[in-house]
Amino acid sequence: MEIRFAVNVRPKPGILDPQGRAVEGSLGHLGISGVGEVRVGRRIELTVTADDEASARAVVDRLAAELLSNPLIEAYDVEVLEGASSLMSTRA
Amino acid sequence: MSVRIGVVIFPGSNRDVDALNALDVSGAQAVPLWHEQASLDSVAGVLIPGGFAYGDYLRAGVIARFSPIMRAVAGFAADGGLVLGICNGFQVLTEAHLLPGALLRNRGLRFVSREVAIAAERTDTAFSHRLGERRPLRMPVAHGEGCFFADEATLDQLEADGQVLFRYVDPATGATAGGEGDAANPNGSLRGIAGVINRDGNVAGLMPHPETAVETILGSADGLGIISSFVTSAAEREQAAGAALVSAAR
Repeated sequence: MEIRFAVNVRPKPGILDPQGRAVEGSLGHLGISGVGEVRVGRRIELTVTADDEASARAVVDRLAAELLSNPLIEAYDVEVLEGASSLMSTRA
Repeated sequence: MSVRIGVVIFPGSNRDVDALNALDVSGAQAVPLWHEQASLDSVAGVLIPGGFAYGDYLRAGVIARFSPIMRAVAGFAADGGLVLGICNGFQVLTEAHLLPGALLRNRGLRFVSREVAIAAERTDTAFSHRLGERRPLRMPVAHGEGCFFADEATLDQLEADGQVLFRYVDPATGATAGGEGDAANPNGSLRGIAGVINRDGNVAGLMPHPETAVETILGSADGLGIISSFVTSAAEREQAAGAALVSAAR
């Protein structure tokens, strides 16, 4: 079966996020107020072919932990986009 | 015979020629090591140069970590082999978990390419023993992601264990650079950390480029002490290993 996942990677709480701060700094130029604590992460979408949901899920978790995120500075969660019988979501 | 030191070349490495030259200036025989190799060709030390390995996609250094050559480098390091990472090479070593911490985007968000000064916090390591007393060493930086980061507990542990090898300093006074906003700190690195060493003392990395500051014609020769410390340490270890083999054979 084929399952399409999205892995959302974001800076852990307390980690410096210069990109988020730059975005926040630009809000004033747009004349927008009342927006704060901007954090910038990245989203990776991928399709996994596997025998069942559990093994597809294991592949994505390993990818997310070992390659797509750096556990020292980033956290991730996994979304199922399509192809699974139920929507699964976890955070790490 | 001069000692053989490998220089790892990834697609996107761009300071490899500077590294080869610096090793040559230091009296070593520089050996290019292609990223698809699974063997280190019996070198006595490995230098991972600067650049943008695999385009620095995803995070600087992370794709390189999974290359065949890096598996060999990890094994070499585990056996006590000397490994020095410069700039992108430092990023590769942190992503490979061979060095502590992580290198975040520069606090100012800009790519910084200019001369800085660093000082060695330890001059008793394989990578710094020829530097003499603590003084500012002038050399360039050229990076967009050089802000050294670790959590406070890890930083305290690194200091306690003597793993902070280089700090950014004021070029005139040698005083340790402050945080963001201090011109002596080009990227906002925490506690002014420019380079670290692992607990076993055989793997080190730094963001500035000692390999492009090895001859006065290049603007500074202050980096030579770092490269030549590494080269002589590798040669000494090789001789010691050879002597051990000879005595074991007797």
